[in-house]
This record gives sequence, structure tokens and C-alpha cells, in this order.
Amino acid sequence: MSTDTFLPTDVPPTRPSHKVEQLKPDLLLHTNHHLCPGCGEPLVLRELLEVVTELGAAERTIGVAGIGCYTAFSSAIDLDLIQALHGRAPSVATGAKRMLPDRLVFTLQGDGDMVNEGLQEVIHTAARGESITCVLLNNGVFGETGGHMTSTTVIGQRTKNTLEGRDGSYHGYPILIGDLLAQLEGTVYAARGSVHNAAAVASTKRMLRKAFESQLRGQGFSLVEVLTMCPTGWFIPTADGPGYLDDVLGTVHITGELKADGKLVTTAELRARSQERARRQSAPGQEAERV
Amino acid sequence: MADITSRGTVTIATESCKGCDLCIPACPPKVLSMSEDVNAMGFRYPKLRPGCTGCGACALVCPDFCFEVFQYEVPVTHGAETR
Amino acid sequence: MQRLIEGSEAIADAAVAAGCRFFAGYPMTPFTELLEHLARKLPEVGGTCINAESELEAVGMAWGAVATGARSATGSTGQGLALMQESFSEMTLAGLPLVIFNMSRGQADYFQSTRGGGHGDYRHIVLAPMDVPEATELTQLAFHLADRWRNPVLVYGDYLLAHTYESVEIEPIDYGTLPAKDWAVDGSAGGSGKSRLVSSLGMSKDPKRSVDPESLWKDVAKRHREIEATEVRVECGFTEDAELVVVAFGTAAKFVRYVVRQMREQGVPVGYVRPISLWPFPYSALAEAAERATRVAVFEINAGQMIDDVRLSVLGRAPVVAIGGISTDASGFGVGRLLDTEIIRERIESALKGQEVPV
Repeated sequence: MSTDTFLPTDVPPTRPSHKVEQLKPDLLLHTNHHLCPGCGEPLVLRELLEVVTELGAAERTIGVAGIGCYTAFSSAIDLDLIQALHGRAPSVATGAKRMLPDRLVFTLQGDGDMVNEGLQEVIHTAARGESITCVLLNNGVFGETGGHMTSTTVIGQRTKNTLEGRDGSYHGYPILIGDLLAQLEGTVYAARGSVHNAAAVASTKRMLRKAFESQLRGQGFSLVEVLTMCPTGWFIPTADGPGYLDDVLGTVHITGELKADGKLVTTAELRARSQERARRQSAPGQEAERV
Repeated sequence: MADITSRGTVTIATESCKGCDLCIPACPPKVLSMSEDVNAMGFRYPKLRPGCTGCGACALVCPDFCFEVFQYEVPVTHGAETR
Repeated sequence: MQRLIEGSEAIADAAVAAGCRFFAGYPMTPFTELLEHLARKLPEVGGTCINAESELEAVGMAWGAVATGARSATGSTGQGLALMQESFSEMTLAGLPLVIFNMSRGQADYFQSTRGGGHGDYRHIVLAPMDVPEATELTQLAFHLADRWRNPVLVYGDYLLAHTYESVEIEPIDYGTLPAKDWAVDGSAGGSGKSRLVSSLGMSKDPKRSVDPESLWKDVAKRHREIEATEVRVECGFTEDAELVVVAFGTAAKFVRYVVRQMREQGVPVGYVRPISLWPFPYSALAEAAERATRVAVFEINAGQMIDDVRLSVLGRAPVVAIGGISTDASGFGVGRLLDTEIIRERIESALKGQEVPV
């Protein structure tokens, strides 16, 4: 039989087997959505909802959606939800959590929402040590308006209003929001994940779980920033999204844990570590000397 | 020809697919490829060849919730029946 | 038990008596004392008061709290409320029963209160107490009406109301039963297929109308028409045979009422209309009073704002003249020389004679 023979994939297998990945998370009412092809945001949503289910927290969770493309999912997520205004989700989550302290309360925000419009809200919420989890979907553009510069857009990145690429001397420099929040005393957990490949998605899921667990222990504020593809806003083919994320956003907003178990790690340190790893991989024989 | 073994398989909701191609490079055994045909929305969609390991990577990177992933209790060697 | 307390404390006590359990605010004169009192009183009853880092965050926190079904409020002075307007208009669309306190500087926020500074088609019920005892009642009524209509209600006070000490007794007032808050998001419905969504965007989990802003906006407009037909509150005095009807609201109305009563005792044919609800405005009551009057005078401590609604009520039945005006103390926060019964009397007498009053 040739490898060019395609197998039927319209119905589940009849042979004995077990399911390892569901079509959709239990907490998603349906899979219809209007987000663009190649968008990274649904990948985060899948993992987030799975973590809520795995923690057995579906019946005590309140989500607060900011304003961005992901807002469209609020009619499909089977959790109690509040839609906030652009930027205001951390404050709305604060009010809900103060009234119902035993609930798992999270926000879903984009970089435009959290790092532009609502920067002071998320900083103050973290500083207050509110036991909520803010989930940032960071693609470095205003996706919903069609690809405009945000506060996390990296130097050189083309957007609709930085057509020649973001120029630091003219447009200013990107904010590393994870670092900013990690250093606050009220923040107990901060991590930056990505969804540009399956391993990164799995790692992001672990970050979401750790953040939610820290919240359920009442320890304080947690942030999970996730780099997501936006091929529409980046003006590239969908298939190039993961590579662009890794090469452009991913070299500035380096992934890894920024604060966990009381230990603070800066993005600069994460960058040095990743460069070290890359050096070892390219010259494995010299590994012993460098360590 | 050499026998190809599938340790797992997938279902694909081809009508939900928006043809982004993300699953193609994400598949470790490289057994997914895009169709020539298009679905009702006009998008090409992935098709499965033998050799799936049931790892689930395709489901993790699919923005449109198209994949359901299974691992066989006993690996299937292709040549006879395949599902 | 009667107690001699500051207006701000009385309003705080009334809010607590009404079941308010969440407040967030940012200090600003002359609202600050209300925040201070609530910061002390709410924790005593298991509630929460947050000294928010900004007005934007204060209203956001109140949004989250009220969405869980808890009676919640925020407040400020007009300047601070200006920063909250985007949230106020969206909370109206989201059907959230927020109570808002404006301890304003003078009466310059009539437009802001009744027209709003936000976007879109929205209205707030606005209640304007004339003194501390009435404020304790209207504060409790505000929480009731907010829940009844699922609409923000604004209590419009001022420097004098916030800082005057009066003897009051504050007991919970029963305004009747209310529907259960089955819309409230308490986090318990996840995974049931019947989870809830508090949305100002016209979104719902019903797949047949997952995004439907037009229906939402029509529902809100319908709700506002029902409120207009139901919730008008007004006090009229001597209007059945008044030649001159004086219109005033809030603390200014208490001064006007005193002067008009005094003049009546002396046989002067004057009357007054005191809108208690600024929205819905008592258009009909005023139209009826103007039917028999030869002149209508408006006394408000601003450059002329409510006078627009008075003109809309009177619709040319009688001349409408302004006899109030801008008046403040040196700080810009407090009460100016105009709020004085002798000056008000002089101005009413001028209006009776058909003389112009400098505003």
C-alpha cells in the first residue's frame, strides 16, 4: 500500500482504541468561530478550558473577557462570563473575586487590551496581590482592527501604522509586560508561553495550570502571557505564522517562567539561557567547556 | 513495499477547516497533507496517510477544532483493513 | 434611633441598610467623606470597600462586583464620574444594577447626570434628594430601582448634602419584592450548558442570537420607555393657583420651597415644582403647572442646564426665565452666596414683576 493512499478520517476508528485528544474541550459549547485561519488564540483557549476541567473547577469559575478577537468566544465558552470594556478586565475581575473569593477568576486579554488600554489596571491589580489570573494573548498587534502597532510590537515589526517596521526612535520600544508584573510583590506566578508548535502549547498548558493552582491556594496575582500567531495582522501566509512568531516576537518576548516559587527570572536571563542552549546545539562537542 | 504501521489515527472535521496548514509541519511523522479539493467554505483541508502515532500534535495546533485523536490498543499495519 | 450625623455618613448608613456590600471609589472633594465612611462601615458587615487607584478602576471593580449579584456602588464628583462614563453607558446596556453617587460641586452636573457623558443610547434613573433625611430614603430606593429595572441609578447630591449634619434614623426600607437575579454570574453554572454571560455587546450563549446588538439596543430602549412611564417623582406646591412657578432640584429646592412657602403665607401667588427624579423628568407635572401660570422661573446653581428640560415641559405655554446662576465659594467646591433665602426671594420677586435677573 502506497503512502499516497489516504485513510478515511470522517468517523472514529472501529478497532480497539482510546481517545487522546478530544475534538473540543468539554467547556466549549461548539466549535464555530469567526477567527481568521491560522490564529493562535483558539489554541490557548483550548488549553485554558481543559485546565479548568482538569482542576474540577468548572462550577466555581468566573471568566472576564476583554475586547479583542477572542471576545467572540464568550458566546461559546460554557463558563460564567463577564464581558469587560477594553482594558478594564483586571478591575472587573477584582470586583467579582472580592465578592466571591472562593471562585477561580481569570481574565482573557490581548496585548492591546492589557498592555495598551489597561496597563495601569493590570499593574495595580498585581500590586494589590488580587488572587486572580490574567491571561494575555500577545501577538504584538491590534488584530481586531486589522494589524496595528501595540505596546508589545517588537522593533522592526511591520504593522499597518509602522509600515517600514517599528522604529524605536520614532515609535518607542516594546514593553515586556511579564517582567514588569513579575517584579511586583503581589505577583506570585508569571510566565510567558507560546503556541507556535505542539510542544510550546503543552508547555503553556502547564503554565496555566500552575497559575490557576497558585490562585486556588489564595497566594496572589498570576499572569500567563502567551505569544499567539496573527498571520492576518502580520500580513504573512498562515503557514508562516509559527516561524514568524519564533523569529520575530519570540526573540524579544522570550518564553519561560518569570516568577515561580518565589524566584524571579528576567527576560534578559531567559534570552541568555536560550542563546546558551542554541550554542550547545550548534557545537555539541564544546558543551563541557561552557558548563 | 514496506509495511507502514499506524499506532493511532484521527478524525478530521473537514468542514470546520480554514486551511491554515498549521497541522502539516506540526505532525511529527509527517502523515498529513493538504487536499486538492476544497470544503464548502472554499478551504483546502488536511488528509491522513498511514503512519499516525496518535501523538495529538495536530489537535494542539489546530485553531479550528478539527481533530480528534485516537491511539490503537494494537498498532495497525497497513496493507489490509486500515481503520 | 435618631442620630445627628453628617450627610455622607447618613448616605453610607443608608447604603449599608439597603444591602450594599461593595463600594469602590477614588477620593475627590466633596465626595471623599462618603468613601471614608464606607471604608469603615462595609467591612463591619462583611462587605468590601476598595480605595481604587483611579476612577476607571473604581467603576471596573464595581462592575465585577455587581455582575455577581451583589448590591454595589461607586461614586465621585462630576469630574471623577466623567472618567467613568464609558463604563456607565456599557453597564446600562449590560443591564447591571449599579448605584452611582455624585456629590457634585454646585449643581453643574445636571447635563452629565441626565444626558450622560458616555456613548450610545442610554439613560440612568437620577434621584436628587433635597436634604439628608430624604437622601437616606432615596439612597435605599436607588438600590431597589436599580435591581427592579436592571439599570444604573444615580443619586445626585452636592457639597451641602454631603457635609450638613442632620438628625436622622436609618432603618432598612422595604420597597417590595424583586425578581431573582438569575442573570448574575456567580461562577456556578460552568459546564452545565446553561452558563451565564453578562454582555453589553448584545452577545449571548443562545446560538440563535450569539451576536445581536440591535435586539439588545431595542430592549434597552423599551426598558427606558417603561421607566419613563413608571418612575417619575416630583413634589409640587401651590401650583393650582400660582402666577409664578419656581422650579428647582436638590438642596437648592429646599431653599426655594422655604421661600415660596413664606411668600404664600404673605399672600404672594407663587408655587414651586421640585423634580425628585431628574430622569425621568416630570414633564407632565410641569406642563400642568405651567398651564395656569403666567411665568415659570428656574433656580439652579449653574449656568442653565435643567432649564432646557423645563422649556421642553412648558413648550411655550408660559415664558421661562432663569433666576439661578453660577455661585461657588473660593475653592470652587462649595456653596456660593446665591444659596441664600433672601437672595432667592429677591429674584422670585423680580421674576414676578417680569424683570430680568442677571445670571
